[in-house]
Amino acid sequence: MSPPPVTPVSARFTRTPLVVRKERQQAAVRLVLLAMAVLMVLPLLAIISHLIIQAWPALSWEFLVDVPRRGMTEGGIWPALVGTVYLVVISLAVSAPIGVLAAIYLNEYARDNWFTRAINLAVISLAGVPSIVHALFGLGAFVYAARFGYSILAASLTLAIMTLPVIIASTREALAAVPAAFREACWNVGATRWQTIRAIVLPNSISGILTGVILQVSRAAGETAPILFTGAVFFKAVQRGDLFPYRLTDQCMALSMHLYTVSTQVPNVREAIPWATAVVLLGAVLAVNAAAIALRVWLRNRKRW
Amino acid sequence: MASTSSTGAAVPPRPTRPRRAVWGERGIELLIYASGVSAIVFILAILFFIFREAAPVLFSDRFSLTQFLFSTEWYPTSVSNVRYGTLALSAGTLAVTVLAMILAVPFGVGGAVFLSQFCGPRLRETLKIIIELLAAIPSVVWGFIGLTVMSRLIVTYTGAPVGVNVLNGGIILALMSVPIIVSIGEDALKAVPDSYVEAALALGVTRWQLVFRVLLPAARHGLLAAVLLGVGRAIGETMAVLMATGHAVQIPHGILDSVRTLTANIAAELGEAPAGSEHYQVLFLTGVLLFAITMLVNLAADLIIRGARARK
Amino acid sequence: MMGHPVSGTRPDRPTWAIAATALLAALAVLAACGGGGPQSQTTTIQNKGSDTMVNVAQAWAEAYKLAAPAVDVEVSGGGSGVGIAALIRGTVDIATSSRNMKPEEIEQARRHTGQTPKEIIVGYDALAVYVHKSNPLEAVSNEQLAEIFGEGGATVNWAQLGVAIPGVTDDTIVRVSRQSSSGTYEFFRDHVLGKRDFKLGSRDMNGSKEVVELVGSTPTAIGYSGMGYATPAVKMLRISPKTGEEPVAPSVENTLNKSYPLARSLQLYTLGEPQGAVKAYVAWILSDAGQQILAESGYVPLPPEQRRQ
Repeated sequence: MSPPPVTPVSARFTRTPLVVRKERQQAAVRLVLLAMAVLMVLPLLAIISHLIIQAWPALSWEFLVDVPRRGMTEGGIWPALVGTVYLVVISLAVSAPIGVLAAIYLNEYARDNWFTRAINLAVISLAGVPSIVHALFGLGAFVYAARFGYSILAASLTLAIMTLPVIIASTREALAAVPAAFREACWNVGATRWQTIRAIVLPNSISGILTGVILQVSRAAGETAPILFTGAVFFKAVQRGDLFPYRLTDQCMALSMHLYTVSTQVPNVREAIPWATAVVLLGAVLAVNAAAIALRVWLRNRKRW
Repeated sequence: MASTSSTGAAVPPRPTRPRRAVWGERGIELLIYASGVSAIVFILAILFFIFREAAPVLFSDRFSLTQFLFSTEWYPTSVSNVRYGTLALSAGTLAVTVLAMILAVPFGVGGAVFLSQFCGPRLRETLKIIIELLAAIPSVVWGFIGLTVMSRLIVTYTGAPVGVNVLNGGIILALMSVPIIVSIGEDALKAVPDSYVEAALALGVTRWQLVFRVLLPAARHGLLAAVLLGVGRAIGETMAVLMATGHAVQIPHGILDSVRTLTANIAAELGEAPAGSEHYQVLFLTGVLLFAITMLVNLAADLIIRGARARK
Repeated sequence: MMGHPVSGTRPDRPTWAIAATALLAALAVLAACGGGGPQSQTTTIQNKGSDTMVNVAQAWAEAYKLAAPAVDVEVSGGGSGVGIAALIRGTVDIATSSRNMKPEEIEQARRHTGQTPKEIIVGYDALAVYVHKSNPLEAVSNEQLAEIFGEGGATVNWAQLGVAIPGVTDDTIVRVSRQSSSGTYEFFRDHVLGKRDFKLGSRDMNGSKEVVELVGSTPTAIGYSGMGYATPAVKMLRISPKTGEEPVAPSVENTLNKSYPLARSLQLYTLGEPQGAVKAYVAWILSDAGQQILAESGYVPLPPEQRRQ
């Protein structure tokens, strides 16, 4: 919708002072706004490069697979890395199915009435709940009321509820992008509502749904507050490279929490370790996001309608 | 189905599906309905559980709601005189949020205008991807940057004694809110009807006039909603402000004072408050307060967005 | 299976397959977590409590993994009060604490769990008062500290203490404290402020390390933390119990002979006599190996005669 290139017709004939002023003004505005946009982009580049420079001495394969050593002042981040994977996988295994089904309900089944509006309101409110309030909820509901104790289970469920509204919203958007004519065609040959969803709506929107879910992977991996009081520990002794060091009822270390502890709690930690932890966390999050974006772009280009 | 086919011989019998498929479908649809209401269930559950933990203190005669809201004295573990006043914490939240918005709104709106009006499709796509990545940086990483890089910069350039303060938290929160404001703001600008733009261009306006006289006024509701969502994010943010604002319970007198926000206070003390104690309950009450504030802000934003949509 | 009424329009079949595979993979991992692979024969010891001790508790857990690979120790901080509260609820095996359990807490634990908490002293710590290394101040008295930190205290500038900090124009004292209800905060309040409250507006840091780091980067700051947290950027002050008395430096000897006024014991609490894996772990902590780690973490180990219990 951006307007056609503005070459004032009059300029081709005469460059009156008014026109010149207008052009200058326009160039100035563009410059100012460009500077603003660059200023938004700059922090990302500056942050990433600074982090990598500071982290460089510690970054290695060893750092990823080794356990923290000498009072967490040396060694690697393996237990935190695995802990984050556990939390992310379990929380999304809960929130993705519920979120996708909820979006199917809202987009394919729900009528426009007060009840649907109430659900929409709830989704919006849920998305706005601060992460620390999710932490309070997780502590009150899962740790104490449901008697899961401080555990991976309680932390993952807390994260699941936090990611749910965004999954619902993104899935809905993907479902809504499927043209109504597709559904109508399917109904007209006698398919039921669910058959239509399964055979037409989901296959045509799965890329969008997946993108939304993948984006929540990075969100769940990066959150700290909700797991701080529900299942993340300062330290847990784990074998180097052990793939399954935790049970569902155990507490675990997590990358985000580990970054917080090594940067604020652990004395005399090797200079580069907090930076390297930040780089791994940021790298994982950005890589997942980039993957989701790439997936989206690729599938958008393949789209046939 | 059986009854339909028995009404008349002229109607050919409808093809029936295997019973298992029918029941399977019903099962799936039941799941869909159940998931559909899950959002309502969860939001009520959150309200219920944080309120349940907070409730006992509300009815305790040692606790005064007026003190809770309007006293600056926060002494949750005092031996002689326990006081739970959150005014200094609310002031901290307010100060950091306002500063963040002062910094983020011009950049956010400017960025949205630039994206929608002043750049080609390729540059726009690139910028949007970068902004999306900026939004994905975890808050604990932001906090770490505030604690290390930003605090050193602030001490060097402002001469402040301590680098973790309102300014630090404000800059970090601004960087975190800008992506939201840009993406929602761009949507709002995109939603301005083409006819407005075309009419303005036909009158020979410059891009500058187009933006300030036509686009911004026409999209003002959407932009306001974008700003409100940014505010909601800033108020609710925890880890970044926990690490970057300096943990001082006081009403700030300038942007170089350290403060503590409502969210940071919960994060700092919840781990230390034995479950079920009065201190623990007061922290949950703070959670109820935060929940109420962010919910109001978000609902206001939603109402504005939908109001703007309905008008079209 | 249901029929596909319009099989002509089924794009993205491969994506479907990807999605299904991803879901299956997720479920497989989930099952693996739930099923508990090789670790089901290991024992987990949950250890929670004091922020002061969290680092040494972590170092113990780390070293004990090598000494006894079949035992996993989980360490969380939170504060002494939290560890004790968890012990009262019976949800941890070991509570670490930098303060003693109060009689009513012991009573609560008996009521909830039917067992009497057992106290095991594992070492000592000196709470040091830190200033920036450029600060010319060398010693301070308890009363002066109370005037700086306590509610209603009159000292707000370094000039009031007769100290001029080089290269600083604004000499307002930056007070660095700990968040309320950490054991360290309570200890300082009880032993320095005489149970009065702190002045508001101090920087109440979340961990001992943060205190020392902030003091180390702020010439006008003063803060308190365990002496194990000292860095080259800070200086520990000598402390006189009363104005006019000889100031005492925080050190191992002065802690053990109790001449340093801000010395305290560090202890573990278990429910009843420790049993099984916990018993072995505690014995190991009290052994030379465990005490060596405690000393390396910057605390004061038990004198040899106290080690065997």
